[in-house]
Amino acid sequence: MPEAFDPEDFSFVPEGHSSAGRLERVLRRGEFAVTAELNPPDSADPNKVYERGAVFDGWVDAINATDGSGANCHMSSVGICALLTRVGYAPVMQISCRDRNRIAIQGDVLGAAAMGVANILCLTGDGVQAGDQPGAKAVFDFDCMSLLAAIATMRDEGRFMSGRPITEPPRLFLGAAINPFAPPHDFRPLRLKKKIEAGAQFVQSQYCFDVAMLETYMARVRDLGLDERCFILVGVGPLASARAARWIRTNVPGIHIPDAIIERLEGARDQSREGANICIETMQQVKEMPGVSGVHVMAYRQEELVAEIVAKSGVLKGRRPWKPEPRPGDAAVIEAAAETQRILERAQSAQTHSPHTG
Amino acid sequence: MSFKRLRKKSSLTYRPAGTSPVRRGSLRFTVRAWSVRHARALEWLYRRFAGVLLKLHGLFARIGYQRVERPVLAVEKRVKGVLFDCRMCGQCVLSDTGMSCPMNCPKSLRNGPCGGVRANGHCEVEPDMPCVWVEAWKGSRAMRDGDAILRVQPALDQSLRGSSAWLRATAMSAAAKASSGGPV
Ligand code: SF4
Repeated sequence: MPEAFDPEDFSFVPEGHSSAGRLERVLRRGEFAVTAELNPPDSADPNKVYERGAVFDGWVDAINATDGSGANCHMSSVGICALLTRVGYAPVMQISCRDRNRIAIQGDVLGAAAMGVANILCLTGDGVQAGDQPGAKAVFDFDCMSLLAAIATMRDEGRFMSGRPITEPPRLFLGAAINPFAPPHDFRPLRLKKKIEAGAQFVQSQYCFDVAMLETYMARVRDLGLDERCFILVGVGPLASARAARWIRTNVPGIHIPDAIIERLEGARDQSREGANICIETMQQVKEMPGVSGVHVMAYRQEELVAEIVAKSGVLKGRRPWKPEPRPGDAAVIEAAAETQRILERAQSAQTHSPHTG
Repeated sequence: MSFKRLRKKSSLTYRPAGTSPVRRGSLRFTVRAWSVRHARALEWLYRRFAGVLLKLHGLFARIGYQRVERPVLAVEKRVKGVLFDCRMCGQCVLSDTGMSCPMNCPKSLRNGPCGGVRANGHCEVEPDMPCVWVEAWKGSRAMRDGDAILRVQPALDQSLRGSSAWLRATAMSAAAKASSGGPV
């Protein structure tokens, strides 16, 4: 049964929670959560955002709105979140330290919270050299840790970094990113500890293509008791082909893809299918890993696969996350919701007709 | 992340000779790496030196911190510049970062390595340079009080850039000592 949409939810922070959001509720209930990343449009058309959000309807608990990921310019995360919250979605607003200073970021946090954003993910951000505008000034006024601390101060102490009071503090569920697959490996779990101390309540990881390496990391995380202090969502995603995997491995810093995965893709007749299968298997494996609270699906430019991947992996155990019911009087939203329905039906029928089902 | 666009870019990218920090300032870089390798000895030296400065607090206070700022700054800039490739952020955390200056990180991260560190331990932004934080972690492991690297560092106060961290630290520990009732 889908959970009922209660607009009142956004002003109601349950006992022991720090936000009114759905993601925090799902995680605190002990449910295995699924989040997905929305591909931000290069467009000023709000319907582009609704269309791209709609493919996840009924399959994810929250949608990540990226903030210039890969240092490429797209619609802003604040803008995407503004649109998504109008429909009632639970966005995770990503904030990268690369593009804005502390004055801009603290203002954005208040604005986002006012729009109903309940989750914020604090990121360092990719270097400007990685993107389409390498001539940009890299700001990095904060790092992800001081960013977490600043937002936690705003929320918990009701004041800006300067000490000036905030009349209505933002009620937020704070997140951070982890990369268990990059050196220095023995420092990574301790860095997670640092992030928790700075304020992280949940973390989403970089793409996991190496379950053994994740297990090593998680073992240390459990030793340190960190899985008790924060919800860990493991990043997964389908690789489109062996060629794409090889290219990503050499060109995108921070993504670790073992040779075995590439060989498996190469040996497959339908490489993109195999990529999806690998993703599904990874989800099933990490679901069984103690200390893992959910998955974060990043299916860049293959977002339409997410519903199918989540359905087949069975990680939701029959649970159906919330899907939108627009408020009356908002034509654009109602139209997008109708489109949502169509896309969802298409995804579902594609799933039942898939030769790999069963 | 736009894989496609990056693919196009990487084939076209023109990297002028000497762009890499390693080649740009090979001597500075070598010394910086030496300092991290000798983090433990430098930690000891630094602690001694802080003690000496603290002893001078009375003198500094009499002359006026503002007046000593200039000569101290001149020495500090040169010494730390040579040893650590220091960027004079004004809020030195070297003893918390394995004697690897975090301001040499292209993202000026003060709390640990970003997620982009390459498999060989080199920097995401500057592929020829070992990640400042991989170095910092190594340095911290050699240090006696290396676990200071696990402390969460606050955001840098950009208004203190270019000022003397030595004097600030001295004044602060003198004040701490005074408030705890000890002789200054
Ligand atoms: S790889 Fe290391 S040095 Fe390079 S930006 Fe990231 S943390 Fe800084």
